Amino acid sequence: MFLKNALRAAVALSLTAAGSAHAETITIATVNNGDMIRMQGYTNDFTAKTGHEVEWVTLEENVLRQRVTTDISTKGGQFDIMTIGMYETPIWGANGWLVPLNDLSAEYDVDDILPAMRGGLSHDGTLYAAPFYGESSMIMYRTDLMEKAGLEMPAAPTWEFIREAAAAMDDPESDTNGVCLRGKAGWGEGGAFITVTANSFGARWFDEDWRAQFDQPEWKAALTFFVNLMNDYGPQGYATNGFNENLSLFQQGKCGMWIDATVAASFVTNPDDSTVADKVGFALAPDNGLGKRSNWLWAWALAIPAGTQKEAAAKQFIEWATSKGYIELVAANEGWANVPPGARTSLYENPEYQAVPFAQMTLDSINAADPNNPTVKPVPYVGIQFVAIPEFAGIATEVSQEFSAVYAGQQTVEEALAKAQALTTDAMEAAGY
Amino acid sequence: MARAVTARQKTINSIAAWAVGLLIFFPILWIIVMSFKTEGDAIKAPLEVLTAPWTLENYGVVQERSDYSRHFVNSVILAFGSTLLGLLIAVPAAWAMAFVPSKRTKDILLWMLSTKMLPAVGVLYPIYLLFIQLGLLDSRAGLVVVLMLINLPIIVWMLYTYFKEIPGEILEAARMDGATLHEEILYVLTPMAIPGMASTVLLNVILAWNEAFWTLNLTAAKAAPLTAFIASYSSPEGLFYAKLSAASTMAIAPILIMGWFSQKQLVRGLTFGAVK
Repeated sequence: MFLKNALRAAVALSLTAAGSAHAETITIATVNNGDMIRMQGYTNDFTAKTGHEVEWVTLEENVLRQRVTTDISTKGGQFDIMTIGMYETPIWGANGWLVPLNDLSAEYDVDDILPAMRGGLSHDGTLYAAPFYGESSMIMYRTDLMEKAGLEMPAAPTWEFIREAAAAMDDPESDTNGVCLRGKAGWGEGGAFITVTANSFGARWFDEDWRAQFDQPEWKAALTFFVNLMNDYGPQGYATNGFNENLSLFQQGKCGMWIDATVAASFVTNPDDSTVADKVGFALAPDNGLGKRSNWLWAWALAIPAGTQKEAAAKQFIEWATSKGYIELVAANEGWANVPPGARTSLYENPEYQAVPFAQMTLDSINAADPNNPTVKPVPYVGIQFVAIPEFAGIATEVSQEFSAVYAGQQTVEEALAKAQALTTDAMEAAGY
Repeated sequence: MARAVTARQKTINSIAAWAVGLLIFFPILWIIVMSFKTEGDAIKAPLEVLTAPWTLENYGVVQERSDYSRHFVNSVILAFGSTLLGLLIAVPAAWAMAFVPSKRTKDILLWMLSTKMLPAVGVLYPIYLLFIQLGLLDSRAGLVVVLMLINLPIIVWMLYTYFKEIPGEILEAARMDGATLHEEILYVLTPMAIPGMASTVLLNVILAWNEAFWTLNLTAAKAAPLTAFIASYSSPEGLFYAKLSAASTMAIAPILIMGWFSQKQLVRGLTFGAVK
């Protein structure tokens, strides 16, 4: 009897020990975006399923980039999962800094990830980060003002139509601007917007030999159009407006149109925050008749830094957070409009999600973006609103500062383009291109 | 002969002082105001922000989402730990420089101060690699040392200035009475330099409390202080001003209150020796 009890106790102890040996605490670095914060609220579901605990480190986007770059390049091992974007993923994957996600379970259904997202988060065909949510950019416009102006927004408008509509909707007396667009310096802010606008005008950052192209007429046409449009019908001080500033203007009813991230659709249609929630229509980002639309492609994705001691637990978390099951979990608790968009094909096949007003336009915008052929002429790089090379962030930040100086009336288009050409050429030569 | 100050001059001086004070305090006041508004109201024009209804909603959200007490405890340990450690090193250093100066003392003091001119990011990678080697990443002990090193030149300089004001004869007299070096510093010098030391402690606690480069770059989940707590409320996509303001108010409140109650001491220490 004693032996039997002792044996039972030993088995129970060993099982407990085995269980606790598998339970890990993983540290995840992330940004303060609505979908990310929502995910933190569901961490208990992951812990209940796997036994692993999660510690969150939420940082401002630029701090996060600096922080994780330092950690990953020195193999500091502070984070088991990092939230990164489409710009970093292929570069870091090529450097061997990320764990390849090529052994995800069959149940995860990796083929369900939208092809554009999977392509943008891969290097040489290997997936290095799983998209938590994806986005493109599109036009959000005031249906009431458009109707009042006697115009009808085409599903796929041109820049010329945007100019006409902006002129018709602009009404300084009622503090309504025809159009609100990003002018804020920064490669991910105004830099991203002017790059996609330039793409639709046939401009490109580099030719096939990596020579800067700011001295070409396409850039001059794009920048001149943008500056004239915003000076005539944009808000005052647009040189310092980014996503959040334009979001607040649109929500207060001070913009006839706003072209920006598809993820903004859920904000501007939310009656709790937006005074125009029931008067918003959506359309594809404009083109200039050259076959390229001015929309970008971006994903916030979860990746595992090479060298983590908790790779298995980290993979389990990524499978949980970017799974179909997580989307259903959020939908069941908070409704389909609040699920992370733009990552999985099955979401857009779901009839309940198709009823969400901006669902189809988001998918169409994502599908209209091609990171391998971002502009009219051939380019040697991948990326639509960015160029996926390590030097780009620094160069584009400086270039966007020159452009913002034009928006602020401090220099001419010609001066800014000449400076952009010179500084890009210098930086690329210094980098050995 | 002292100049006569007329009532009119007094009034002008008072108004000017209040205007400058309000100008400096206004950003903090505005943060506090925004923290009691909804996200939608916080982004409106200033007058509309003031007239919008007040709410405690943001404080509730911040409290629910973040572990304030953990960040607060880390801030207290880092701020006071680094200051006290700095004092332990700086008091003997300042004593030596003030009372037993050599030909190179002035050069050493200037060299110490020059280290403050080095951009912090320039030494980020060496420090980061060192921390990896020593296992100090995301540890309070590592950060206490780094923050102490950052503020050490200021502590030494301030103490040196205060010590210089103390007549060396008093210390000599103590020595003649048989006081050891340890007793001289502890029982004679320190009591006389208390106002200066208090203001040094206060200023360095404030500097360490507000330090946001190293505390963000060398911490993750465990040692993160209130600077990381604030940083987590900035968002690239979505309105965040009201919640960020609530988080900022919660982070600066302790140091603001401490500064308010000790302002007499702080001013006394900072102006110590200014008028002879």
